[in-house]
Amino acid sequence: MAEHIERLRFAEWEGGVSPFAVGSKKLGMWLFIVSDSLTFSGLLVGYSYVRIASERWPMPFEFWPTIVMATLMTFCLLSSSLTMALAVRASSLGDRSRTVRFILLTMLGGILFILLHAREWAGLIAEGVRMWENPWGVPLFGASFFTLTGLHMLHVASGVIYLSVIALGVSRGRFTHEDVEISGLYWHFVDLVWMFIFPLVYLLSVKMP
Amino acid sequence: MGTTHAHAGHVETGPKLYYLTWVWLLTLTAIEVTLAYFHLPVGLMLFLLMGLSIVKAALIMAHFMHLRFERLSLVVTLIPAMVLCITLLAVFFPDGVRAFRLAVR
Repeated sequence: MAEHIERLRFAEWEGGVSPFAVGSKKLGMWLFIVSDSLTFSGLLVGYSYVRIASERWPMPFEFWPTIVMATLMTFCLLSSSLTMALAVRASSLGDRSRTVRFILLTMLGGILFILLHAREWAGLIAEGVRMWENPWGVPLFGASFFTLTGLHMLHVASGVIYLSVIALGVSRGRFTHEDVEISGLYWHFVDLVWMFIFPLVYLLSVKMP
Repeated sequence: MGTTHAHAGHVETGPKLYYLTWVWLLTLTAIEVTLAYFHLPVGLMLFLLMGLSIVKAALIMAHFMHLRFERLSLVVTLIPAMVLCITLLAVFFPDGVRAFRLAVR
């Protein structure tokens, strides 16, 4: 019997115990990430489609404040990814208070990102950019911009809420290392998506001096 | 539940790797922002920016998301299918150009 189980453990694709060697929760998060990446890809491709199908796509983003702020937002997200990776490491070492502190830092990065982004949205709306109209022609500019960055901002906001739940659970000793690691996967994914939105939406629409 | 922690080897990564990854990601971002102000043809610009972004995404997945330290079967299951699906979306682009040529001016 033991020999049989031993054989199963190594026969990964023939009814083996755990072919991916990850827990079901972590595999679930990975599958969600793959499907969510397709959602964002769909939106980015849709944006690119209307952009190449338009005669003169607006390129309104000034170096100051938009590009500088967007770069700062990228910095916030990348740094929060670093602190999240450090939180996962701290939890793997069993250091709960350090884990919570790093998760709180990560949430701070996310909140800063949302605040800077909201400020930028407010600026654009004040300039007259709406979902279906803007001062520069091509109405779809506003639609694609607000949909893409809005969906991403929603992900960051729900990520902050998710991390607050995890931090609370870890400080009370209710959540394990795996839970922290899975929340980390989600957070890094949100960061990863921004690595595509930032160049495609912002850097390709800079106003040349 | 018993198999949850049956990680292959359970690699302990030091924080140095994370800091190094962070520095690289920031450097690549700085390169991208600088590049955006070069007067390049759109196609070349798109190619360079996307290339750099894919490198950044790979760095995040490999180091921050630990994919480099997972079993290969997981990577092979997740990544190629995702990349293929995303690549297939490009099938719409020729139609975008066609719509532009057919547009009433």
